[in-house]
Amino acid sequence: MEKLQNDLSVVERTADILQSSATRRKFLRNAGLTTAAGVAILAVGCKKDESVAPAAGTVDLGSGDVGILNYAYALEQLEAAFYVQAVSTPYTGMSAAELSILTDIRDHEVIHREFFKAALGMNAIQGLDVDFSKIDFTSRASVLGTAKVFEDTGVAAYNGAGKLIKDPGYLLLAGKIVSVEARHASTIRDLLQPLTTSFAGDDIIDNNGLDGAKMPSEILAAVQPFVKTKLSGANLPTA
Amino acid sequence: MNIFNILSEIEKVDGEVFERLDHISRRGMFSSFSKKTAAAAVPVMVAGMLNKAYATTSGAIDVLNFALTLEYLENEFYKKGVSTVNLIPPTDQAVFAQISKHETQHVNFLLSALGTKAVAKPNFDFTAKGAFADVFSNYKTFAIVSHALEDTGVRAYKGQAGNLMAAEDKPLLQYALQIHSIEARHAAIVRRLLDARGFVPGAKAWITLAQGNPAAVYAGDDNLTQGGVNLKGLAGKSDAAISEAFDEPLTKDAVLAIAGPFFA
Repeated sequence: MEKLQNDLSVVERTADILQSSATRRKFLRNAGLTTAAGVAILAVGCKKDESVAPAAGTVDLGSGDVGILNYAYALEQLEAAFYVQAVSTPYTGMSAAELSILTDIRDHEVIHREFFKAALGMNAIQGLDVDFSKIDFTSRASVLGTAKVFEDTGVAAYNGAGKLIKDPGYLLLAGKIVSVEARHASTIRDLLQPLTTSFAGDDIIDNNGLDGAKMPSEILAAVQPFVKTKLSGANLPTA
Repeated sequence: MNIFNILSEIEKVDGEVFERLDHISRRGMFSSFSKKTAAAAVPVMVAGMLNKAYATTSGAIDVLNFALTLEYLENEFYKKGVSTVNLIPPTDQAVFAQISKHETQHVNFLLSALGTKAVAKPNFDFTAKGAFADVFSNYKTFAIVSHALEDTGVRAYKGQAGNLMAAEDKPLLQYALQIHSIEARHAAIVRRLLDARGFVPGAKAWITLAQGNPAAVYAGDDNLTQGGVNLKGLAGKSDAAISEAFDEPLTKDAVLAIAGPFFA
């Protein structure tokens, strides 16, 4: 029985993969994107062997480079949802300059989210349900304090995932995004503690002048409290 | 635990271990370091050294020496800047002291990763052959050069990541990424200062399209095509926002063309 289910699931996955290319192009058209002929991104997705079946109700990020991209997609979903909320219900006393900064960051994160969604196509995980019940969106300290954690976490996540990526094109993409997250982190930290060393503070930067780098398992455990949907990185590469 | 045995084991795979340790000693951890004094060294220090990756492949050595050259430039620039009286206003000194500290750490880190393969520090001309003649007497010029160096650094590291993908270079890839995001944090804060001090009104922490000076530093940053897909119109966002969401790399040649005038 288990064998049969496994076989069926392989068949389904194969079908997914076969469909994904065509569907992705359709999706991109629907999203109003012009697709280049050789849309390089995500022609892979075929290395799904030996995967660990997730528990019911758990979203499996997948394996290989697709898994890493879904991991990034999950983090960008979280960040985007947070800034959408922060901008639509501004905290008490939000200055025009702060609103402008948070609106810019919201746009960047929404762009990252939509980019990964489009790029992953049929391989994309579902939209995640977030849990922001611990965040007081009326409080500047709560919103900016959470933003700081999310941005520092995002930087450490991309820095730690770089070595797990196989395709140089995806590594470059991760590099293009992580420095923008670092710009956000620096800015949010400066809003909280203006003109101090905090923008690249000794609380997160080590004695070699290196920023954070964390493995997916550590990052997923840290962000899970903000995501109702249970995430599994069990099939992500670890080296 | 016998420190001699450990070191001689390391020496079998890393013939330059004593020179590397000697480099550490020059940085003040020990007054001198040799086979004679090795026994006095604490194993903890050796363990610390082993946690660091050494550049062994020729590709990695090239990348790290390229990075080291840029870090030498930044390090000397900030050292001079923060020690010049009446250049940086008191309000902004903590920011530049922190940046300066990181650049020194990056130089030392890369030196220890490269050992005897490290290139020597070149001599610099921070006026860039006169283009920034008052760089150490006019804070505006200093801040402009600073943000250009940081944004160039971000693009330079980004452009080299793909050259550190060999299995034995993976630890170095992560270290390079960890430096890369620090440069981005630096760039962001200095760009905010450019706005706050009225040097470049409206300057943002992120790069909009290809806006910025010197133009060569920002060339191509208005790219809207990512992963082979033109993102124009994505999620109803503007070209400006899409360009800000992705920082673009620069080739080594492009970086050297920008940095060239700074070499004496």
